[in-house]
Amino acid sequence: MNFDFSPEQKAFAEQLRRALQKASPLREARACLEGSSRYSEPIWRELSELGALGAAVPEAFGGSGLSSFELCVVAHEIGRALAPVPFVSSIGLCAQALMRFGSDAQKQRWIPGLAAGRLIGTAACAEGKGELTPERLQTELRAGQLHGRKLSVLDGLSADLAIVVAKDPAKEPVLCLVDLHAPGVVRRPVESVDPSRPLAELVFSGVAAEPLGRVGEGWEAFDDLLKRAAVLIAFEQLGGAERALEMARDYALQRHSFGRAIGGHQAIKHKLANVFTRNEVARVHAYWAAWALATDAGELTLAAASARVAATDAFAFAAQENLQVHGGIGYTWESDCQLLYRRARLYALVIGSQFAWKEKIVRALETANAA
Amino acid sequence: MDFEDSQEEAAYRAEARGWLEANAAPFARRNAELKADPCARLQVGKAWQALKARAGYASITLPREVGGGGGTPLHEVIYRQEEGRYGLPTDFFGIGLGMCIPTIVHRGTEAQRQRYVTNAIRGETVWCQLFSEPAAGSDLAGLRTRATRGGEGWVIEGQKVWTTVAHLADFGIVLTRTDPTVPKHRGLTMFIVDMKTPGVDVRPIRQLSGETEFNEVFFQAVRVPDENRIGNVGDGWNVALTTLMFERASAGKGLGFAGSPEILRLARQVDLGSGPAIDDQRVRERIADMWINEQALRLLSARALTALSKGEVPGPEQSINKLVEASHGQQAAYIAMDLLGEAGALTHAELGDDWRKIERSWTWGAAMRIAGGSDEILRNIIAERVLGLPGDIRPDKDIAFNQLSG
Ligand SMILES: Cc1cc2nc3c(=O)[nH]c(=O)nc-3n(C[C@H](O)[C@H](O)[C@H](O)COP(=O)(O)OP(=O)(O)OC[C@H]3O[C@@H](n4cnc5c(N)ncnc54)[C@H](O)[C@@H]3O)c2cc1C
Repeated sequence: MNFDFSPEQKAFAEQLRRALQKASPLREARACLEGSSRYSEPIWRELSELGALGAAVPEAFGGSGLSSFELCVVAHEIGRALAPVPFVSSIGLCAQALMRFGSDAQKQRWIPGLAAGRLIGTAACAEGKGELTPERLQTELRAGQLHGRKLSVLDGLSADLAIVVAKDPAKEPVLCLVDLHAPGVVRRPVESVDPSRPLAELVFSGVAAEPLGRVGEGWEAFDDLLKRAAVLIAFEQLGGAERALEMARDYALQRHSFGRAIGGHQAIKHKLANVFTRNEVARVHAYWAAWALATDAGELTLAAASARVAATDAFAFAAQENLQVHGGIGYTWESDCQLLYRRARLYALVIGSQFAWKEKIVRALETANAA
Repeated sequence: MDFEDSQEEAAYRAEARGWLEANAAPFARRNAELKADPCARLQVGKAWQALKARAGYASITLPREVGGGGGTPLHEVIYRQEEGRYGLPTDFFGIGLGMCIPTIVHRGTEAQRQRYVTNAIRGETVWCQLFSEPAAGSDLAGLRTRATRGGEGWVIEGQKVWTTVAHLADFGIVLTRTDPTVPKHRGLTMFIVDMKTPGVDVRPIRQLSGETEFNEVFFQAVRVPDENRIGNVGDGWNVALTTLMFERASAGKGLGFAGSPEILRLARQVDLGSGPAIDDQRVRERIADMWINEQALRLLSARALTALSKGEVPGPEQSINKLVEASHGQQAAYIAMDLLGEAGALTHAELGDDWRKIERSWTWGAAMRIAGGSDEILRNIIAERVLGLPGDIRPDKDIAFNQLSG
């Protein structure tokens, strides 16, 4: 039994942690929040130099040829640092999908840039309120041209390319690959809960696009793309949840009321013990999903959905209770509590909310316990 | 990262599995047949324990010289996983071999080790843990049972309660107060007591579940020789901490609560008015929530095994184990009962033997939120030892026990 990251993977995490600490990620996140930046270019460059972005990309495509385990380690450290970088969109969604469904030509063209951080990718899914379904899909790929509108695309303003969920004229779902610098793309920044990871509306009016993977298998491919991204997002969420607990613990030791540190009051102690419990539940699920992703195990569907649900729950709870422990100062613009509170909410919604992911768990359990 | 046994682990597992296959079935069958007769079941348990001891599968982590298996904690976990598949009568020995005997091995005298350890490992004696009292549970150090010097040894006077298996036990380890004039943690001493000594009176307590596993135990002028003392006079608290450390280590071995297989089966069978319950979104969400905890417990034990496999001590994440598991038992039972609607109020007498597992999750889930450190005490422990938060305010700490009020 070896249900743990390897010593090399842990050393890599340590290296990333030190590098990220030096790069003042909270200041960078605040700059995005204030609207003076869309993501932290210095941190992005640093991650690229450390080989973090292309960790799971084969050397033939300019990556370091390691595994998804290393990618999970990167996501975890980004999450802990709250670094405002387009990792989830560019690597978690775009690069993972290209590696899985791209033709050789498509991989050759895009992957090296993504792995080096020279290009930023994303995926464009939601078109309106509620969950996206094949029936409700409006965006259409017609004769090599894309028409439609995507509502809340993560890093949509910074991205160079996007994987767009669309349908063909026969209403068959298809994933498309779109160069966002092509004529006919209009981008609009949209106001959202966490400007440190900004969203954009993308409008496509006859934009040149090519299918990614086989037409007709578009919805399965979309599902697959989401579950792989979910594993990495879960690691970012887990990192964020740990950070929130640390911040709350530190403040609870330092702030005094009624003659003692507030961390001595049992209501606070038990609150933080509950946060710890949920974090640890999220951790084991995330590790399980990392294993399933790296080994392409049959349990990946269940493990990814479980990791997603547990991590969303843990991060939301930790961020909310961290703010609570801070009292009034926690509700100020100046406090870092808001960075966590905002990130936790945004990440609970990108790639779909708990309603969708809990449903995926039960569907997978039904298959595993076939009648 | 993987979930595979190492070569050595796989070999040990294969050996244990082979041995169990050759030996366990008749004991498991007798155990099931004798469900209603604890005394007869105990005899089967003793025979099983003796057989295990001969094969080196009893008290696996204790040295061979004292009758143990001379193995590692990892071997112990692997064996337990394999043995757990059978439904064997091992429950009588959990407290003795899990807590009392290790305490004697680590804190007792050579004479005590000689006299008590080997025969306990062979199942010849049953032990109980006489710690809790009516006025001292979570606050164990508040106990009032007195031991005073008398004649050659000691005289014990007082009352214990919630003593699991005392009605079947040959011996117990009893925590007593020997000096009420010092603060409460300092005036305690531990003894081995022969449960047949005159003045020991065991009265079974009927539990919420209707079963009788725990007891109250009265001590009236019970004479105990000084050679039965474990550790120094006044050092009982430290000895008790050793016992409790073993209690925590044996927690998390799986309480056998209901989970997704049972709940999915039920949800497919019953109708909530608009078709099978399994298609109802309210039911589905509760199943998903339950699954997160259910699977986390499996993954946590894989983490513990991983640490043991590397020769490390399992990490602080293990402290959440009982906290998650006990509540999971209650949650799973509630879902199962809710699925049946009004019929969910019936028992296995009406619903069939399969339902026992649901009932057990409901009742034993509640018990396990209290036994072996309540949820609240565990949260305190996580907050203080894992997160480094301050201890509670303790008005009792530096005051002589006999000066305390309440
Ligand atoms: C099934 C079962 C088997 C048992 N077997 C044994 C046995 O074999 N031997 C033995 O010695 N004992 C045994 N016990 C006793 C068990 O250890 C105690 O019940 C337990 O320690 C709680 O003590 P109490 O019952 O006195 O509750 P109390 O300590 O009175 O607690 C009552 C409530 O107050 C809460 N509370 C207490 N102190 C604090 C605090 N500081 N902060 C916050 N909340 C607090 C508790 O969490 C609980 O909710 C068993 C109990 C059960 C249920």
